[in-house]
Amino acid sequence: MISEKEKRTKRLIQSDRKGFNTLFNRIFEAFLPLLAVPVALIFGAIMLAALGANPLEAYRSLFVGAFGGLSSITQTLVIATPLLLVGLGVVIAFRGGVINIGGEGQLIIGALAATAVALSLPTLPGWILIPLCLLSGFIGGSVWGGIPGVLKAKLKVNEILSTVMMNAIAIQLSNFLLRGPMIDPAEIEAGTRIAQSALLPHQVWLERLIPRTLLHAGAILALVMAVLVYIFLWRTTIGYRIRAVGLNPNASKYAGIRVPFYQALSLVLGGAFAGLAGAVEVLGVQHRMLEGLSGGYGFSGIVAALFGNLHPLGAIPASIFFGGLLVGGDQMQRTVQVPSALIDTLLGLIVLLVVGSKIWSLRRARRRETNE
Amino acid sequence: MSELFTLPVLLGILYSGIRLATPYLYAAIGEALAQTSGVLNLGVEGIMLMGAYSGFYVAMKTGNLWLGVLAAAAVGCILGLLMAVISVTLQAEQGISGIGLTLFGLGLSSLLFKETMGTVNSISGFQPIRIPLLGDIPYIGNVLFNHNILVYGAFILVPVATWVLNKTTFGLKVRAAGQNPQAVDSLGINVVIIRYITITLGGMLAGIAGASLSIALINLFQENMTNGMGFIAVALVYFGGWRPVGVLSGALLFSFVNALQLWIQVKRIPLPSDIAVMLPYILTIIVLALAMRRTQQPAALAKPFTRGES
Repeated sequence: MISEKEKRTKRLIQSDRKGFNTLFNRIFEAFLPLLAVPVALIFGAIMLAALGANPLEAYRSLFVGAFGGLSSITQTLVIATPLLLVGLGVVIAFRGGVINIGGEGQLIIGALAATAVALSLPTLPGWILIPLCLLSGFIGGSVWGGIPGVLKAKLKVNEILSTVMMNAIAIQLSNFLLRGPMIDPAEIEAGTRIAQSALLPHQVWLERLIPRTLLHAGAILALVMAVLVYIFLWRTTIGYRIRAVGLNPNASKYAGIRVPFYQALSLVLGGAFAGLAGAVEVLGVQHRMLEGLSGGYGFSGIVAALFGNLHPLGAIPASIFFGGLLVGGDQMQRTVQVPSALIDTLLGLIVLLVVGSKIWSLRRARRRETNE
Repeated sequence: MSELFTLPVLLGILYSGIRLATPYLYAAIGEALAQTSGVLNLGVEGIMLMGAYSGFYVAMKTGNLWLGVLAAAAVGCILGLLMAVISVTLQAEQGISGIGLTLFGLGLSSLLFKETMGTVNSISGFQPIRIPLLGDIPYIGNVLFNHNILVYGAFILVPVATWVLNKTTFGLKVRAAGQNPQAVDSLGINVVIIRYITITLGGMLAGIAGASLSIALINLFQENMTNGMGFIAVALVYFGGWRPVGVLSGALLFSFVNALQLWIQVKRIPLPSDIAVMLPYILTIIVLALAMRRTQQPAALAKPFTRGES
């Protein structure tokens, strides 16, 4: 017979060990994605060597290009801004259990909406026009994300496929508008007919944070949004329900949560943030809408969100890291003559490694369950 | 509009519609196989790009088109195997791993293209083979029986896949693995091996789909030349209700609209080309919305399988 006291001590030790285990597991899970980077870099080094470049020299130029001085750091942050905003949308959608691959199209529609508003109300002062443009980008993106959302909620259309189709439609719509109704009148006059809109009025341009660099106020907006999304998902009822639906739709249904509604909502919000990214890109960087504005951010944003462990705050360092990778990749292309497509390859590889490594945390969780 | 619908134009649209359906058929039937066994492979786009590149490169270097097809099939197998390791053995989220594979294929094919070719070259691809007698039937003969070998192959694949899925033991195992993997496992059949086979075969077909573009239809390779075709192939599987014949009808519908759209551009009908290009995508969404209500997807689709868990 074990005495009552012994039992209590045993329980105490067990609970203590459990506490340590949860802490350890949390750290383990947060840093697991980071392991994908060295593996991908080693793979990249092999490819670089195969292409006849010195891997060390290539990586050095990549790092210098990304973080080696004021202009490269600010350039990295400029790229990180849309990545973070798109990533936030991806985080919300994923937390709600839906996969939003439509970032590209939502970003384009957001950028178009912001451009249209800025060009049609050119006399408004900046302090009204800027919020108005950002809001219209937000709404434009949410409409583009909302269509797949409603289709999923009402007709059970797979959102992965519908968002991909919506990307293609958005690109064509943008090409049509930029070659027709929205084309810069100056382009018609000059006869060059480059597919871009007129330059936006100056008062709507986002403030430069550091003179003589491209870093603009949109970066701060993105950071604020990351915190807001965190608060929204973890401190509000709606956010709680979105996460509940994502974790276990069946249990949520029995708990009385309208699952289709919250799935659609997470797609709407996911689209909204991608749309905001488009608006910020127009107001902060290009100051006009043009073809190819999205630059693949819709897809790299997914990578950033995933790498940040699908956490709004984790997406901040992740998007800076990937921003650096993209900027540094261009530098690498110039100095060691390796196509920057190498970076895309590594991005894909990192995604595969990150999702593939999830099994280790899954196994740990299962072992924990069986131990208890 | 009347000039659009003369007989030769209609026959022309039908002819190019059948041609255009080829890559979708290869990719979508491969994908249907994988999905029937319970695995959503969203990496088709990336595999197609790698298939298109390797098929073109090998055909250009050796001058042998069949070696190109073989190379594309082999590369497709390897990438399919990679997807199988990640989604079956490592039980990763299938939607995201597919996106990863697509990014990987897109990046790697662009990288290799820039390193080995640099500029867009074209080759003389597979030539049309006129089938004797059948090809001489007025009107229809030319539309149906004057295509290159990869086009015929894609259409032969449909009855073959139907037969394999419905009439063979292997097909039964595949379908069971997608409906109830636990039950399959309890009967002593290895779910993991079945899924490995279907994903690898699906990858091989996606590779051939890419090659059909680069050495049988367009006869050149350029970066991101599939431009979303892989995703449309996945959509066609849903549209077709996981049946090869359904996939065929979806692929034909999509390709006919695409061919019509191309004719509209050629004929300079006052519809902006950007809007015309949109039509097939809008149609796909509408068709998906209509199709999803009546069909039931494999019960275990996109759910990783773990032994001993129900």
